[in-house]
Amino acid sequence: MLTEQFGNASSIHHFGQTAKQKLESARRNLAALLQCHPTEIVWTSGGTESNNLALFGVDGHVVTTAIEHPAVLEPCSRLNATVVRVGPSCVVDPDDVRKAIRPGETALVSVMHVNNETGVIQPLDEIAKVVHEAGALLHVDGVQAAGKIAVDATVADLYSVSGHKLCAPKGIGALYVRKGVQLRPRTYGGHQERDRRPGTENVAGAVALGRAAQLIFEQGLPSPELRDRLERGILQRVPFASVNCAGSPRVPNTSNIRFDGIEGEPLVIALDLKGFAVSSGAACSSGAVEPSHVLTAIGMSREDARSCLRISLGRGNTEAQVDALIEATAQAAHHLHRLVPTHV
Amino acid sequence: MSETLTAVAMSGGVDSSTVAAMLHREGKNIVGMTMQLWNQRRLPELVPDGPTGRCCSLDDVYDARYVAEKLGIPYYVVNFEKRFEQQVVKPFIDEYLAGRTPIPCTLCNNHIKFDQFLEMAAGVHADYVATGHYAQIDYHEPTGRYRMKRAADSAKDQTYFLFGLTQQQLSRTLFPLGGMTKPQVRELARELNVPIYSKPDSQEICFVPNGDYAAFIDSYFKEQGIAPPRATGNIVSEDGEVLGDHAGVHHYTIGQRKGLGIAAKEPLYVIATEPATQRVIVGGGDALLRTNMAVKDVNWISIAPLTAPVRATVRIRNKHLPAPATVTPTSDPARVDVRFDEPQRAITPGQGAVIYDGDIVLGGGWID
Repeated sequence: MLTEQFGNASSIHHFGQTAKQKLESARRNLAALLQCHPTEIVWTSGGTESNNLALFGVDGHVVTTAIEHPAVLEPCSRLNATVVRVGPSCVVDPDDVRKAIRPGETALVSVMHVNNETGVIQPLDEIAKVVHEAGALLHVDGVQAAGKIAVDATVADLYSVSGHKLCAPKGIGALYVRKGVQLRPRTYGGHQERDRRPGTENVAGAVALGRAAQLIFEQGLPSPELRDRLERGILQRVPFASVNCAGSPRVPNTSNIRFDGIEGEPLVIALDLKGFAVSSGAACSSGAVEPSHVLTAIGMSREDARSCLRISLGRGNTEAQVDALIEATAQAAHHLHRLVPTHV
Repeated sequence: MSETLTAVAMSGGVDSSTVAAMLHREGKNIVGMTMQLWNQRRLPELVPDGPTGRCCSLDDVYDARYVAEKLGIPYYVVNFEKRFEQQVVKPFIDEYLAGRTPIPCTLCNNHIKFDQFLEMAAGVHADYVATGHYAQIDYHEPTGRYRMKRAADSAKDQTYFLFGLTQQQLSRTLFPLGGMTKPQVRELARELNVPIYSKPDSQEICFVPNGDYAAFIDSYFKEQGIAPPRATGNIVSEDGEVLGDHAGVHHYTIGQRKGLGIAAKEPLYVIATEPATQRVIVGGGDALLRTNMAVKDVNWISIAPLTAPVRATVRIRNKHLPAPATVTPTSDPARVDVRFDEPQRAITPGQGAVIYDGDIVLGGGWID
């Protein structure tokens, strides 16, 4: 795409037309994965832009939840927004959403499909019912859901996806905009994406995202066997470990494990030095780890949130790799437990 | 892990970057870490131009990461903000409000760099930590103690800030620059292609912009929603005559001459601050001279705790030339009395007192 199909998709000449065909073919592939119509897909630069486009694109009061990604919470902090609290299960209660909606005033409700830290799946159907009964629009941040569980974007009015969460490159994403929804653009200067997102399209990125969607469509969704093997293995080897939100519906690839009494930060570093890429909390701008706002939002103390590790498995991971990770995690956790800092 | 791992504390400055490059050239197995100590986005009113060029700024992390990348070593930013605030920033503020003049760098060395950082290193199986401090450590067989000695470059010597290190901490610490001068370090940095070899040295207290600690304290209280105890008082002479007023004792430190706002024939200096009465007492230069002081929380480094008086030289400020004195133990093993041969100017409670025998750091504590 980068070397041969370099045309501008808005140009009349044949290079441009070829690029346009590829762009639209990609749009159809992504639409198939999201079970929507291709004309309802707007290409963006990623999940953050998709969320911002949705949240700033509608006028009125907004309702969101405390477990959202900063790409939703930060825009909401600049809007007239109500943040719904979420309990230890990490499942949003549709009734709480109903109570937060101000009839006639609330224009948009934004709830994530899958929580990025715990992997917990939200009850979108029930929430959509509550939102639509109140005459508001529903935006869903689906960045962590697409590719991991079945997605029907049409349950919502707006649905965000990110390319790199589907194994496409970073820098591409999309927003599903249900036909008929009036969305104000964030940028001006062209007619691309039906005026909703002006600017020359990232054709190479879109094609990659379309291809990724096609592969997921063909290969099917991941199963939880490896994740379950990982959790079983760690719980067997590490008596002070526990799986967060284990009783809630979760995506099959994400595991959030608490190692009581030890810090997640050295655990992440020790594992990285052995070649395992896992995470703890959220990285701030310097790259230092901050305790997860999601875990503190669902009632965990900052100290306990610091002792949690998030492990995500990909399609390429094998049983042998998972077993090696269990071994390395158990060793590192026991080592840290022996050194338990006197200050905690 | 079979091979010994050393964690290098990388601030993004020339010294610690050179340490990483030196150890890497020696073939040591190293991991670079930058300690995130303070969120520079806090208290934005102190830096209207934005948080740049100071410790823990994104620019410094950028530099440290770049050096690590050039060396091809693993590198991480570790978050010590919480403990730094509790064990360095808050005591720093408390000390000022109590009328003393604290040294946060020593608290940071004691509680962060040679405590939490050593813990972090141990947690990732690094047996040693290396830093860019200018000081020397050796193991002295006859006494079985790790000793600390002043740096070869007396202008850069940082032993004044390192008196709190314990034997256990010293046994795991490397100061590769202790035997070098700063120009030699810069030259070596250039030779080893450390990309930031010409970066200027950092000077001030890392979390206090422009050295204005009083403004920092005021902003911090505002952020925390706490009203400072009592913010105004009188500036008085030694006889108790009111000469002027002030906006809080924490704006003053012993020996300070500037910023008093009082016209007098003789130059006036702050000779004491009294938080209880919010009085700042001023007097002539001679009033600052003292011969005796008590030192608390003494940590002995190169010798066992004192049982009899010793002759030594004692330093009462970083830039102070250690002065000859007799150091006498008291009934409290963590306290000593110091009697200088000659009166010393501006002995300031809250500052460190470091006791030397020539180049060897015997120990140190806090001026009471």
